[in-house]
Amino acid sequence: MSIYLNSDSKIIVQGITGGMGAKHTALMLDSGASIVGGVNARKAGTTVTHKDADGNDVELPVFGSVAEAIKETGANVSVLFVPPAFTKDAAIEAIDAEMPLIVVITEGVPVQDTAEVWSYLQGKSTRMIGPNCPGIITPGESLAGITPHTITGKGPVGLVSKSGTLTYQMMFELKDFGFSTAIGIGGDPIVGTTHIDALQAFEEDPETKVIVMIGEIGGDAEERAAAYIKENITKPVVGYVAGFTAPEGKTMGHAGAIVSGSAGTAQAKKDALEAVGVKVGKTPSETAALAREILQSL
Amino acid sequence: MEYQAKQLFAKHGVATTLGTVVETAEAAKAAAEEIGGVTVIKAQVKAGGRGKAGGVKIAKTADDAFEHASNILGMEIKGLTVNRVLVTPATPPEEEYYFSFLLDRSNRQYLCIASVEGGVEIEEVAKTNPEAVRQIPVDPGTGVDEAKAREIATDAKFPEAVFEQAVEMIQALYKVFVEEDATLVEVNPLARLAGDKLEALDGKVSLDENASEFRHPEHADFEIREEADPLEAKAKDLGLNYVKLDGQVGIIGNGAGLVMSTLDVVAYAGEAHGGVKPANFLDIGGGANAQVMANGLDVILNDPQVKSVFVNVFGGITACDEVANGIKGALELLGDAATKPLVVRLDGNNVEQGRAILDELAHPLVTQVDTMDGAADKAAELANA
Repeated sequence: MSIYLNSDSKIIVQGITGGMGAKHTALMLDSGASIVGGVNARKAGTTVTHKDADGNDVELPVFGSVAEAIKETGANVSVLFVPPAFTKDAAIEAIDAEMPLIVVITEGVPVQDTAEVWSYLQGKSTRMIGPNCPGIITPGESLAGITPHTITGKGPVGLVSKSGTLTYQMMFELKDFGFSTAIGIGGDPIVGTTHIDALQAFEEDPETKVIVMIGEIGGDAEERAAAYIKENITKPVVGYVAGFTAPEGKTMGHAGAIVSGSAGTAQAKKDALEAVGVKVGKTPSETAALAREILQSL
Repeated sequence: MEYQAKQLFAKHGVATTLGTVVETAEAAKAAAEEIGGVTVIKAQVKAGGRGKAGGVKIAKTADDAFEHASNILGMEIKGLTVNRVLVTPATPPEEEYYFSFLLDRSNRQYLCIASVEGGVEIEEVAKTNPEAVRQIPVDPGTGVDEAKAREIATDAKFPEAVFEQAVEMIQALYKVFVEEDATLVEVNPLARLAGDKLEALDGKVSLDENASEFRHPEHADFEIREEADPLEAKAKDLGLNYVKLDGQVGIIGNGAGLVMSTLDVVAYAGEAHGGVKPANFLDIGGGANAQVMANGLDVILNDPQVKSVFVNVFGGITACDEVANGIKGALELLGDAATKPLVVRLDGNNVEQGRAILDELAHPLVTQVDTMDGAADKAAELANA
């Protein structure tokens, strides 16, 4: 088991012919993920060729639209490597085609575009992960995004994080245990899938025994997650929050990572999580040690 | 800043008085003469509380304008030096209101906040009479049309005499919000002037940098270069994601989350080493080739406060051998300009090859430490030496 993504996931790539799209299509195939094609209206009817995990050439069809790609391949996941200026339209196209899961990797999407996509998504069947995220990996089964598949394999840890590199770091620290699913939800002010969504899915996933939740400064997603954990999560949760030393009013790399006045500080998030019984590490390694302790006692 | 916000207001048909922006007291006097009558001299800095800090003065005559401007120019407000003042006609409001559109992160929509019970004292009103501060959600999909503007104006209880003007202005302000890709459009105070004229007397607009990059290249003109930190300006020119902080350990890392975390880990480690702190945030992103690494080191080594540098890279997509070659190449590019000790922690993809490259280089300034915590401790120790 896993959340959102498994060995049955059939993935297409929107922007498969671009630099990022091509590079990561190859890496996703190498991980063993089932990539069934891509979309680029201007190159419809052509194919791209990459190697699969066994080193064999795979010829992937490029379709003119997401709807066509679904019809021809039965795809149920789309990964977007589309430049920021075109991300909104690409996401809406996928939503209109009733794609069950879209994973928006693109960094630099204007927040109003994301707000419009989110509004458009209401009442529809699509789940969006991102934007500005590393995507999602279910080790040994599938990968929709840019998370390195070589860090670790399958295991009992469920991970949800705003940050890509901290996801990798934490997977590395706990590589001897492995992960059910690791999901990077993205560092933008508005994202399609939140900590709470992932917590709920991990709670329902029998394979996940321990949940690690990584947050960072900005907004109140972690505080809301804490309130949710208190009411709804029975599995052990270990937390980490980055950005204790971030000054007020400065954006720290991620568009959403900003302390505004006294709101959105790392300390407030840590306090909120600890108040509901979540053990919060001071550093990534201490966080991993807390998770390790719980994993060893299971 | 206020004058820039007003330019955006005017562009989209929001009633406001632009006034004249000047950088000298002489120019303020000339502007006051041209405007005629009583004027207001207002400090232009990106900070609230300008009035309380003495940065806003009424000038009865042009000579008054000269005197006030000479006092205000050069003054510091919340750590920011005042380099320009706005001269506007004095238009005493009969009533002051508050109005804003903003991005509501928590609810993933937009929010309109409006109050007819006082403008500049809005925070006080929010405490004493929260019911008077109306919060009206706006769906980003449907936005604000005339009907929505009426709903807002009614909810906020704009008085009859200015109601229709408010409906107009709300729509115009929403145009500022969406057409300029703002995350905040605030009018405070929104004033009812003599003759029941509604006008944006002061305002603030925060713009989304992601959108400015490809939809609004003209927004670059709002940036005032001489007010940026020189190292931050240099980093920006080099395309680096850099924030200057007040510490001694220079930081380079890949990925915003890992770099933020690195700052924290260094600050903890610094507690045992004379309280040294991180000197900056610098995310070199996924690539980390020699040129990017050299650019990053160049910026950090030019920070006179920096005593040591911590390079913290987790090879995810990036391979550690590429990063090691980047460091090697950067040190070659910098030559004698590289003068401060470098603590390097590499982990992840191709870590063995990466560490071997730096071992072989055996550069006298470079120390390798295997863990993030250990490396942070070493960098803090070197910064305190």
